[in-house]
Amino acid sequence: MPFEPKEPQKEIKYEETRIYTDAELNSYTDEELNNFKIKHAIPDLEELENGPWPSFVADAKQEALHRRKLAGNRMLIERDVVEDMLGQLQDSFDDGETHWKHGGIVGVFGYGGGIIGRYSDQPEKYPSIAHFHTIRVNQPASKFYNTDFLRTICDLWEYRGSGLMNLHGSTGDLVLLGTTTEQLEPIFFELTHVLGQDIGGSGSNLRTPSCCIGKARCEFACYDTQDLCYELTKYYQDELHRPAFPYKFKIKFDGCPNGCVASIARSDMSFIGTWRDNIRIDQKAVKAYLSGEVEPNGSAHQGRDWGKFDIQKEVLGLCPTKCMYLEGNELKIDNQECTRCMHCINVMPMALKPGIDNGVSILLGAKAPILAGAQMATLIVPFMKAEPPYDSIKDFIEKVWEFWIEEGKNRERLGELMQRIGLPKFLATIGLRPVPQMVKNPRENPYILWQEKDVPGGWSRDIDAYRSRHKS
Amino acid sequence: MALSLDRLGLYDPKDPLKDRLTDLGPRHFWQYFPPIIQNNYGRWIYHDVLEPGILVHVSETGDKVYTVRCGAARFMTVQHVREICDIADQYCEGYVRFTTRNNIEFLVDSLDKLEALKKDLANRKFVSGSYKFPIGGTGAGISNIVHTQGYIHCHTPATDASSMVKAVSDELFKYFQSMTLPAKVRVSMACCLNMCGAVHCSDIALLGNHRKPPIVDHKVIDKVCEIPLAIAACPVGAISPDKTSEGYKTVKIKKERCMFCGNCYTMCQALPLSDKEGDGVTILAGGKISNRVSMPKFSKVVVPWLPNNFPRFPEVVEAVVKILEAYTAGANKYERLGDWAERIGWEKFFEKTGLEFTDHLIDDYRLAYDTWRTSTQFKYTTAAWGTSGIAGGIE
Repeated sequence: MPFEPKEPQKEIKYEETRIYTDAELNSYTDEELNNFKIKHAIPDLEELENGPWPSFVADAKQEALHRRKLAGNRMLIERDVVEDMLGQLQDSFDDGETHWKHGGIVGVFGYGGGIIGRYSDQPEKYPSIAHFHTIRVNQPASKFYNTDFLRTICDLWEYRGSGLMNLHGSTGDLVLLGTTTEQLEPIFFELTHVLGQDIGGSGSNLRTPSCCIGKARCEFACYDTQDLCYELTKYYQDELHRPAFPYKFKIKFDGCPNGCVASIARSDMSFIGTWRDNIRIDQKAVKAYLSGEVEPNGSAHQGRDWGKFDIQKEVLGLCPTKCMYLEGNELKIDNQECTRCMHCINVMPMALKPGIDNGVSILLGAKAPILAGAQMATLIVPFMKAEPPYDSIKDFIEKVWEFWIEEGKNRERLGELMQRIGLPKFLATIGLRPVPQMVKNPRENPYILWQEKDVPGGWSRDIDAYRSRHKS
Repeated sequence: MALSLDRLGLYDPKDPLKDRLTDLGPRHFWQYFPPIIQNNYGRWIYHDVLEPGILVHVSETGDKVYTVRCGAARFMTVQHVREICDIADQYCEGYVRFTTRNNIEFLVDSLDKLEALKKDLANRKFVSGSYKFPIGGTGAGISNIVHTQGYIHCHTPATDASSMVKAVSDELFKYFQSMTLPAKVRVSMACCLNMCGAVHCSDIALLGNHRKPPIVDHKVIDKVCEIPLAIAACPVGAISPDKTSEGYKTVKIKKERCMFCGNCYTMCQALPLSDKEGDGVTILAGGKISNRVSMPKFSKVVVPWLPNNFPRFPEVVEAVVKILEAYTAGANKYERLGDWAERIGWEKFFEKTGLEFTDHLIDDYRLAYDTWRTSTQFKYTTAAWGTSGIAGGIE
């Protein structure tokens, strides 16, 4: 077993935690559901019950009916909270405008984030969603669950909340949608004491880190994404729960350059697995691809006839650096020229594997458009080992934070600060030497800054000395 | 330990810090791995897609794990999650996971269990007819649409998320359940240009957008807002401090400079801007995140605005289908939508999709110049002849 938790992990048994009986959970028939009308007219929403894709309206109606069937003392917020949510949603369609009031500042003692306050702007018409706050629950790394945990969350949330959720929020959290201010502390106490489970981040802080599935079920993973994600989430709990930053800061962990958790686009600090030795080639398996015995790309294109596998066209010709060639039936790779884009490995997963000397590339500064335009993360550390206890990674994170906390303006993302002060100054501040890998190309304009100390004679000059050589 | 039934549970409002537990973080992941995942962690040697939605991963130990991927609405109720748990208990030893695109994955360790599970999932429908657990989302098809809160929970949206995603997903359903495209196509959706999620880097992206400047609530702005924050929130410097004739401290907005981003409303509730006729949907295309073959790309705006036609957004669905069909017909194997558009040239993208090119699509923000064509390399299309005709000198 490669991993054992560092502290004893609380085990949850649903039979011990549960609130609702089986009879209460299975309290309605399909026929009742079919005939069920919520208290508001929602013609547009009911139209969205049609079509093959899972209908959120049909699902919401299940919960609305379930709440109708529960005894009054078996839930602590209003029975018709789902019906009011659907009613207001129909109003929003009719009006072409949202019906949530601006903002809302609520939370739990000890923390400065994790809960998104929300209030209806029609509380008289929809009293049950007058308060409709969201709680972000920090998901386990790569979102594996057991049903004891999920069922306990469901009972807790039906009893103290709306029973509506998002699995999951874009950042990764398990999102509980809709409860009252009164219930925030009780829910937090149940989460921590019964479930051993904390809430996630919101506000100007470290947001909930997330990772791809990594070594749990992927042969491409170059490091233990879950372990690093868990370790850093635990290590930086204070930064996550108590906003101390100029603005939000996200960290994501991709096991390889395929980017299954999109860290390069959606995190201020992006860790992407890579290797620095050679791609491993199994020549026997290469022949199996060449002969058509094995489908390319893990059979991902099987729905259409693309012809027989053509390694020249599909692999060698598409390699961005053209560093691959065939010698007879032997596949050769000039690894010095390879940029580890993953294409050949993706096409022939049975024959090609990432190297074994693995680590991460670290890229910084991704963000959405507001304010200065969207940014992808830019390469800062070409290669770093990623092995417990991850000290060099923690040192690097703290150097970046120290700089950004000091220099960043109010609501300035790291990527914007890097643009404002320039990459050279940023590198100097965090103590890194510039290398060509950090740019797509060198600058095109000649507006080059020099430090006075680097120029012989300095910048203090005498105009009289100049005039002694040049008449005006 | 049982969940509490007391109104305030374990919490004592008279002594809020008593027994408070903090900084626990998430639950550790290892205990939620099914045994087959624990036993083969880091030992996988290859994978294959057996059919749409079904993966097999093979370990050096000889173990095989079969994954069934199912679509999900992301927004879901405890009743639905309990049904997921029932399925996981019946077939998967009580384990289940969710993907980074909000699909559900059930894992089993034998082909027998796989067949029974598949059959069960395919038969589960909501009473109104939609699938509860459609199997798909793998390989060169269209997986789940990453999306946002919309009118269900957010205060700044310019459109709704769940309804648009349902409408588009219904139309693209055949691509969810097949692998017929040149490469995977990532569709994403955000209800305002905060772009929570993946809109700025998806193959096809749907974005809520405004077209009217904010309304200034002069009477309350000084009481409810930090005015300098609202001024600093504007990317184009359209907001400046002002005083009304009644003497209220307020702001003025240069309407001709505002491009309706809504960020000042995020900072200041006295500057609302949503509007039935003004708000709608912008479509972007050609973004990607992976480093495969080409570097990651931003998505580009290809349709400036379409109406919020609730609940089915027919104009949006039509435009998405146009893009998708042109791409499917024209792209090479493995070529992502953005790679295809760049290879054939954006002028051909507009010709082949039949989308109209308007001045709204020409960048005019800061580094805009880098996006103009500083070359004589272009392809002739009907549009080019049109503009040459206006310039004159040709018959």
